Formats: sequence, structure tokens, C-alpha cells
Amino acid sequence: MKISAFHLMPHRELPADFEDRYESVWVTPPWWEVADASRVGQYYNWTLDELIHAARAGFDGVCTNEHHQNAYGFMPSPNLMGSVLARATNGTNVAVVQMGATLPTSNPPIRVAEEYAMLDCISGGRLVAGLPLGSPMDVNLCYGITPMEHRERYREAFALTLKAWQSREMFAWNGRYFQLANVNLWPRPVQQPHPPVWVPGSGSISTFDFAVDNETCYCFLSYSGARSAKTMMDGYWQVVAKKGREKNPYRAGFLQLVVVGNNDADCEAKYARHVEYFYHKCLHVPPPYFSPPGNQDYRSLVATLSNPVRRPENPKDLRYRDFVDKGYVIAGSAATVRDRLKEEVVKGLHVGNLMVLLQIGSMPHELTLENIDRFAQGVLPDLRGVWDEEGWVNHWWPERLRGAAPARARAGVAAAGA
Amino acid sequence: MTREQTFTVWQGQVRMRVLSKGDGPALVFFHGSWGLTWDPFLDELARHFTVYAPEHPGTTPDAPDDIYHLDGLWDLVLCYDELLQALSLERPAFVGHSFGGMVACEVAAAYPGRARGLALIDPLGFWRDTDPIVNWMVLDPAQLRARVFREPDGEAARALFGGSSDPEAAIRARIRLMWSMGSTGKFIWPLPDKGLKKRIHRVKAPTLVVWGKEDRLVPPVYADEFARRIAGARVQTVGDAGHAPHLEQPETVARMVREFLSQ
Repeated sequence: MKISAFHLMPHRELPADFEDRYESVWVTPPWWEVADASRVGQYYNWTLDELIHAARAGFDGVCTNEHHQNAYGFMPSPNLMGSVLARATNGTNVAVVQMGATLPTSNPPIRVAEEYAMLDCISGGRLVAGLPLGSPMDVNLCYGITPMEHRERYREAFALTLKAWQSREMFAWNGRYFQLANVNLWPRPVQQPHPPVWVPGSGSISTFDFAVDNETCYCFLSYSGARSAKTMMDGYWQVVAKKGREKNPYRAGFLQLVVVGNNDADCEAKYARHVEYFYHKCLHVPPPYFSPPGNQDYRSLVATLSNPVRRPENPKDLRYRDFVDKGYVIAGSAATVRDRLKEEVVKGLHVGNLMVLLQIGSMPHELTLENIDRFAQGVLPDLRGVWDEEGWVNHWWPERLRGAAPARARAGVAAAGA
Repeated sequence: MTREQTFTVWQGQVRMRVLSKGDGPALVFFHGSWGLTWDPFLDELARHFTVYAPEHPGTTPDAPDDIYHLDGLWDLVLCYDELLQALSLERPAFVGHSFGGMVACEVAAAYPGRARGLALIDPLGFWRDTDPIVNWMVLDPAQLRARVFREPDGEAARALFGGSSDPEAAIRARIRLMWSMGSTGKFIWPLPDKGLKKRIHRVKAPTLVVWGKEDRLVPPVYADEFARRIAGARVQTVGDAGHAPHLEQPETVARMVREFLSQ
């Protein structure tokens, strides 16, 4: 299986009373009161250093993502970060996993196709092209896209992107939302016919259908662990089966928060406050932001409102121990983490492309590097072969990296170009 | 008894149900973002007019997806033109509330001969940086009531947003409300200024602007935006009322509208 290091690029030093004083971490967090550009520059550089460290430590991929006006993740342009990572990891077998640039907020959307092609060229064909729909906060509230048009724009932009990468002829795109008279992408990606495509989702049935119909890897980017994702992922696999596709675990990706220490007590001592910072401050968002009217289609709206799952628990009521017990965070010794990941996430959800979040909330740089090293040394080697004996092909990974396990860089061997 | 009739417009793709009542001169009511509810205000108007109250595209029962056939405000205005033709109404009066006030104004600007008179109740359509309008589509239910109504727990608020203790009915009301906001929001997201200022000078109908004095969603200062752009427009404010004065003070607002249209 393939295991990638994911990063949100959070504000690591929000005030202790942030969630009491301010309405939201997303859309409306007050920059001038809680942030400082020079310090934020340090966060960006730590983020890059941590991902490059993960690449050298043996991870299969490094992931960045896009959010806007969000203090828990502010890479408005993930491709700026991806560009640095592509350059810094040249000469390695590490994939650059963009999770990714958001089509409905890019106008025209071929901008994403162009930038991804650039990344694929710079990295020598190591790009995984995440094509997310984008959250309502980012797309509707920050970027002004009408909620009812959000999915339609995405689907049109998705089709345009795939065609722009592959078409041998220049073409005109006469779409409902986008009109371009001369689509003739420069550059084109190294990977043919196009880089592997991942579609992140949050459990909506229409996205399952879309991901399977388009032969993409469906990725559930969850902050609440495998247990609460189980029903959802089972639903995804049912759609895969219904549509007659094989149950190849590489059709699925999942994001899991992980902390590794000497033992449970060591983890609690080291990581508890950073985990609580993440769930209490970073997820402080008013519920209506998640569902502006029209963002869900009518069928989904009726389904959601008619079957209100028991009221989801409020993470603000939970503490570190709860997060670990409930699987929001997998924590413990390397052996504990390996066993829980394997059982709950990899086997439990049938996932071949695992992403782990190892820098969590306020976690400082040095501790993050330690967490990355402990995972890379104690967990990753034992998980990598989990699916091997079943013989699946990871069609959703850059072809030239499929067989290769990135060797851990020896001390003193800098990535090419560094 | 209200009558109902469903018309199909837009090359057969958009169904619009029209509720009607009364037998006086024709009056078309354009509802707001929260869906059409036949209310005491419409009953009061129906004593003097034949009230036609169309449902905004997408909000007619069993036709939610029809909204996807309209892309923008121009499509919507043409859709209403087709509906008015289908109704065969000879110069009706237009009355519109909130989002519906904006639509009524747009139709009256696009077709200056079409409306005999125009009554706008707390209409949307303009934006002032000094008086920002809260985005009602991302408020929680309690906040929304408090923005729209002077008395968030009053009878009028319950009638519009549903206040039933029956959980099934509450779910139906919530679905209806969310879809109405989505279907109207399609034409007004993210700010309720879609260029009416460029077109409003074309309105020729005598115009009355009615505003709830305690409107906490669209502040009463917005009445000036309409009054100074429509020749001869008159402004009347309503006490003890918020953004929906016709629901909180139905008799007062119905009387204002009736007296204005009778002149």
C-alpha cells in the first residue's frame, strides 16, 4: 500500500480563548488580531520542511491541500507548496500528492490543468492529481460561488480538465459555465494519458457515483477516524460493486490523524494538548457554514434532513483520551499504532492509499519531526506490504513509482536540487 | 378558498404553481426567499383583488429540479414574462416581498408597460457598504427568525418557518425552507445586488415602497435606494414590524397597498 504524509499548514499559536472569543476559525477568523505575517512565514517553512523530512524518511507521498480564510489550514494555493516539494524531492520515488487545487474556485479551471501539468513536468511524472469539489466554506462563502452551481461547475471543470490534458487537437469548450475558444494546454503532463486522479469527498452518495464512474480514487478526508467513517465507506464499496468494478483497495484513500510515542502515557504527555487544540480550536466552525442552501441537491437534502443520524457528538465536549478511544486519533507505541491502523483503517475500511496527519494543531516543529520519524521507522515498514499478497495494481499512483518503496535517505544525502 | 393551477414555461422545463383567490383587479404577488405560504396578508388583499401568487421556480412541490434549467436573473425574468403571458393578465399590479420585491422590480424594469402599479415590501436589490445585509442563508434557524421577524417567537414567524411540535412536519418545513432559500439564492448569492441599479430607471409604474421599521435584515435606509431611483415613488414605514411587515402587520400593510393601488 501507499502511505503519504498529509499537512494542513495550521496556525500553531492561536490564543487560548480563541473559540470563546471568535465566531469561527474559517471564513471570519480575524487576521490582524491573531496572526503575524512574519510568524506565518515560519509556519509555511516548517510545513515544507516537515513534508520534505517525511519524503526523506521513507513516506510514499507528500500531500498538500487548499483552503481559504482558514486558520487551521491556509494554503490558498497548494500548487505553490507542491512546486517546492516537487523540486525538493527530485531524484526520489516520492509522489507529490496535491489534494488539491479546487476546480470551482479556479477561473478558468484549465489553470489547474496547467499547474498540475507543470508539477508533473517538474517532478518527472510523480504527480497525483487530487481534484476536489471544495468545501462550502471555501467555495461558497469565501469565493462567492453560488451553492446551487457548485457541483455543476465542478463537474464541467472536471471534464474540461481531463480533456485538456489528453486532447491531441486544439479544441473549443462551449460549456454552461466556461467558454474557451482555443484550449491547447502548455505544458502537458509527463504521465500518459494523464496523472492519476483522486477525488476527495465527505460521504455524499453522488460523489461515490462520480468517483466510480470516472475511475478515480475516492478519498475520505476525515478528522473523526475510521469508526465514524465505516458506514460511509461501506456505502462507497457498495457503489463500486453495484457498478461492476473490482474491489481494489487502491480505489480508496483515507486520512487518519496519528501520534506515535514510547507508549500511551508518553503520547498523552507529548501530544494531548496539541490534539485538543486541533479539535477545540481548529474545528470551531458554525454548523450552517457546512450546508448553505442549494449546496446539497434536493434528493440529498431530503435524505439528510429526514434521517438525522443521532446528533453527531461535539468534539468540544471531548478530551484527548476520548479522541484516542473513539479512534479520531490513533495514538500509542509504534506497535499499537500499526495494529490499530491496520485493523481499523486499512482492513476495516479497505483502504490502499493511506494518508496520515502527523502535524496536528499546535504541534511544534521538533515534535512533528519526531512523530514523523517514529512513524516512518516503526509503523510504515510493517504496513507497506499489507495488500501485497492480494496482488492488486495501484492504478491511482504514478506508474513509475508503483513498485518502488522509497528508500529512506541516508544521512547527508540531500534531495536532488537541495 | 384558494385556487391552484400549475403552468409550464421555459420550453416545458419549468413548472410554476400559482395560487389565486379573489375576484377584483389582478394583482401578482412575488414571494420572498422563504417560500410561498398563503397567509392573512394575501387573504386581506384577496378581498379587493384577484391575487395570483406564483411559486418561484424550484419551489413548486414535486418540481424541485426545475430550478436547474435557469442560469441567471435574465432567465428568471423571462420565465416570469412567460408565466404572465400564460396567465393572460392585462396589466396587473405587482406586489413583492424581499427577494420577490427585487424580482417584481426587475420584471417591471424589463417590461415597463407590464405593471399597473408596484408595491415593494422590504425589497432586496441594493448593497451599501455602510449598511451590510447579513447573509440569511448561513444563519442557524434561531438567528434567521430573529433577523426576519420583530417577534421571533410570534405567530407570524411560526406560520412562515414552521413551529409545529410534530417532528415530521418540522422536517418537511425545514426541507421546504432550505430548498426555497437555495432556489432563490441561486439568483442572489453572495450579495443581493445583481445590477438593479442599472435597470431600475426603466420602471414606469407608480411605486410604493413599504418597510418594517425594525427590519434587522435589510435596514430601512435601503428604502432611499428605491425612492431616489424610481420617479414619484412613495415610502411608507410600518411600526412593530421587522423584515416581513406584511406578516407581522397584515392588515396595515394590506391597507397601504390597497389604498395605493386604488389611487
